[in-house]
Amino acid sequence: MIEIIDLYKSFGRKEVLRGVNLFIEKGESMVIIGGSGSGKSVLLKHIIGLLRPDKGSVFIEGLDITKLNEKNLYKVRKKFGMLFQGAALFDSLKVWENVSFFLMRHRGISEKKAREIAKEKLRLVGLVGVEDLMPSELSGGMRKRVGLARAIAHDPEILLYDEPTTGLDPIMADAINDLIIDLKKKLNVTSVAITHDMHSAYKIGDKIAMLYEGKIIEVGTPEEIKNSSNPIVHQFITGSAKGPIKVEGVTNG
Amino acid sequence: MIKSGIERLGRLTSLFILEAGGIVLFSLKTIRQLFSIPVDIRLVIHQMLSIGVRSFPVVFITSIFTGMVLALQTYTGFKRFGAETMVGSVVALSMTRELGPVLTGLIVTGRAGAAIAAEIGTMRVTEQIDALETLATNPLKYLVIPRFLAGLLMLPSLTVLSDIIGINGGYIVSTGIYKMSASLYWRKVWDYLELSDFYNGLIKAAFFGASMALICSYKGFYTEGGAEGVGRATTQAVVLTSMTILVSDYFLSAWLF
Repeated sequence: MIEIIDLYKSFGRKEVLRGVNLFIEKGESMVIIGGSGSGKSVLLKHIIGLLRPDKGSVFIEGLDITKLNEKNLYKVRKKFGMLFQGAALFDSLKVWENVSFFLMRHRGISEKKAREIAKEKLRLVGLVGVEDLMPSELSGGMRKRVGLARAIAHDPEILLYDEPTTGLDPIMADAINDLIIDLKKKLNVTSVAITHDMHSAYKIGDKIAMLYEGKIIEVGTPEEIKNSSNPIVHQFITGSAKGPIKVEGVTNG
Repeated sequence: MIKSGIERLGRLTSLFILEAGGIVLFSLKTIRQLFSIPVDIRLVIHQMLSIGVRSFPVVFITSIFTGMVLALQTYTGFKRFGAETMVGSVVALSMTRELGPVLTGLIVTGRAGAAIAAEIGTMRVTEQIDALETLATNPLKYLVIPRFLAGLLMLPSLTVLSDIIGINGGYIVSTGIYKMSASLYWRKVWDYLELSDFYNGLIKAAFFGASMALICSYKGFYTEGGAEGVGRATTQAVVLTSMTILVSDYFLSAWLF
């Protein structure tokens, strides 16, 4: 379904991805973990073609999207839905217009029908009666839910989550986790999430991959990752400042 | 000392060339989007309102006072050599050929151009532009084209109004304060004003409008670094557009008139 082969990307002199290889099966839920600044977001943005790699390929259902021209890339993107870290709702549009944005622009459905679909998708993420609000009137958790409703509005085959629980209180974060699991069951999508929240990773992932120094250093089920013998993985999942991973700007004495 | 001066000059030059190249490429990419399938008219109208219609009050105040001060200065100055009857001609020619388009361009840049850069810049740093991409929508087509068309159409429209308002401002001062006869003022306006003065001014205005929309969108589009970055992009957009208007005004005037 999604196959990433030998992906390299640098920004100026900073090498962010240094040969990433990852395979994600259809219907699987993959969680990519890694520290802040490890390039998780950069990797995610390559999967949907928001960034082009310096080297390497990203295959979506057998099609190398790094070689596509703009027009064909937009076609492939119609298979995707993405939830952004800050939800990235369009502030100038009402909630329902945000949710039905894709449908109105690409399926040419009427405003009335778009509203209905938006309402239905919002109910699916647990929101009722917010259609006519502006994004600025919503709380952080609600914004994420609306972002999620927007991401699933066009029934995508692949869902991408950029730090779905970051910035939420623990209860709201868990509610979002449940929602992600629930959506996966109902919609039967392939999903890729990036996070550094281990609780969330164990909960929503069928598999977990760890990105470190621009490479995937370990892939496994949550159980396998928990029992990993790799000291880097072990340090990360237990959240210790001491170990082979150096905390930037801090010297371990 | 000399070396560092030369170094700095070199750096500035290469920065300038990079920026100019960036803007030209961005403009070409945007204009290419004009030819791909329908342009969303509702978005264009929305921008025409925000760039054009809502700029009218400031354009009105600026133009009327510009016309008034022109009449004031011309009358008192020209009186020294007995040419004070020429006020109408001076006001009309100055407004249509020069001040109407340039002042309107600068004011709309300060008002709407800053808003364009800030809005698109905020959308960039909050990932709304990425979100557009993931929803299979070309951000140039969705965000920049409507602003470009609105700038291109509304600047000349505002300039027509500015010309008329400015000439009337001159009329108020000439007849009200200097007791010139109304018919003399208008005769002098029409005696020397040619249609080409008027529409060449509008060509300049259209150029300023398009440049304003493209430069400010460009600055917003490539914003980096959060709220501070948006502030920086907005300032740079206004400064760069104002300079472009003033510099290109000279060359356009030399070419058109």
